[in-house]
Amino acid sequence: MTRKSAWIAGLAAPVMIATLLLVAGSRSAKANDQPSAASAAVKIDNFVFGPQTITVPVGATVTWTNSDDIPHTAVSTEGVFKSKVMDTDEKFSYTFTKAGTYSYYCSIHPKMTGKVVVQ
Amino acid sequence: MSDKNQDLIDQKLQHLNHDGVDRRGFLKCMAWAGTGLVWTMSGGVPVSRAFAKAIDRSAGKAGDFTFVQISDSHIGFNKPANPDVTATLQTAMNKINAMPHVPDFIIHTGDLSQLSKPSEFDTLDQVLKGASAKQIFFVPGEHDMLTDNGEQYLERYGKGTKGTGWSSFDHKGVHFVGLVNVANLKAGGMGSLGTEQLEWLEDDLKGRSASTPIVVFAHIPLWTIYPDWGWGTDDSEQALSYVKRFGSVTVLNGHIHQIMQKVEGKVSFHTAMSTAFPQPAPGTAPSAGPMKVPAEQLQKVLGITDVNYVRGQHSLAVVDSTLG
Repeated sequence: MTRKSAWIAGLAAPVMIATLLLVAGSRSAKANDQPSAASAAVKIDNFVFGPQTITVPVGATVTWTNSDDIPHTAVSTEGVFKSKVMDTDEKFSYTFTKAGTYSYYCSIHPKMTGKVVVQ
Repeated sequence: MSDKNQDLIDQKLQHLNHDGVDRRGFLKCMAWAGTGLVWTMSGGVPVSRAFAKAIDRSAGKAGDFTFVQISDSHIGFNKPANPDVTATLQTAMNKINAMPHVPDFIIHTGDLSQLSKPSEFDTLDQVLKGASAKQIFFVPGEHDMLTDNGEQYLERYGKGTKGTGWSSFDHKGVHFVGLVNVANLKAGGMGSLGTEQLEWLEDDLKGRSASTPIVVFAHIPLWTIYPDWGWGTDDSEQALSYVKRFGSVTVLNGHIHQIMQKVEGKVSFHTAMSTAFPQPAPGTAPSAGPMKVPAEQLQKVLGITDVNYVRGQHSLAVVDSTLG
């Protein structure tokens, strides 16, 4: 092996190892900083959003699923998001890119209210 | 009745006490739900008769008339307890058509469709085409406003109406007012009329003689029946203040898929059964959703309402009958 190739070989291994550690490290760092998944679910049943208040990290996608036998919607009170009508088993997803508290309700049955806390 | 039983009843009805219906009246109402019933007010005193006798039409004077209220057809709904709401609506039509008298018109108090789909409205129109009464008046339910804030509903059924679909008309000396309390609903609230409609209503009633019988129809009840389930209208007090001075006011609503009645002074409130599916009595189920009943009982909890106006009588006679 020439001195140059030996040098490269010598450098490549630590670089590879360092890269691996960096990637692995960053992955576990992500897992440790944000224990909640990047997606969350709200189940609609019996005229109730469950859970009524859900807390998610910035960038998370919340998916509402209507398990009721009556259609419902999920509409932000500040106009941030507005689902189409969800009949039984239909879904609606929204990705929250900004931190904050998002109150919402069902526009068909306005007594149904919920909250998404993004932090 | 033992004190213990009385306490239990009091507890159960506690939340309803504020709506003006006393315990006895409420229990009477619940016994009436789903039965064939003639309920007439004569000089302020309720008088009930067996349904078979009904109203003696032969003694009718010129100016007397009847109309029918149907409600909550929910065309498009296909789950228990009713997988075929179009069939039960047809049964209701057949019942109307079999009446000895042709009603002057039909009023549909909303939730025509389940999802505001064009196909659902089309199916409804097909069934209604076969009605003996050729004139039908509508007010929307919240299920009719699901796309484009009810534009499709207005296009089909809103001719001659204002705003979100309100209007008034006169018929043989009776003034009819159709109100919309299912638009622009606010989070945490119940039904809502809104300022524009209330202003229109005040103006519409101004200057009318207090002896003009008034009939108000809207989807969600205009009195508070059960706030937890949204069964009431947040700003109905103001609307009712405009009709208080009249000698005879009849309020016809739907939305709750069961009969409820209340009399407050000269104002009679009445909610109709649905032609699609029943809903539970307030607080007797986790939610207000469709109530499942055995198939053979379905027709007994669906129905129509026949309303009779006899000139000179203070109030209209409201007759509920089930489909089977």
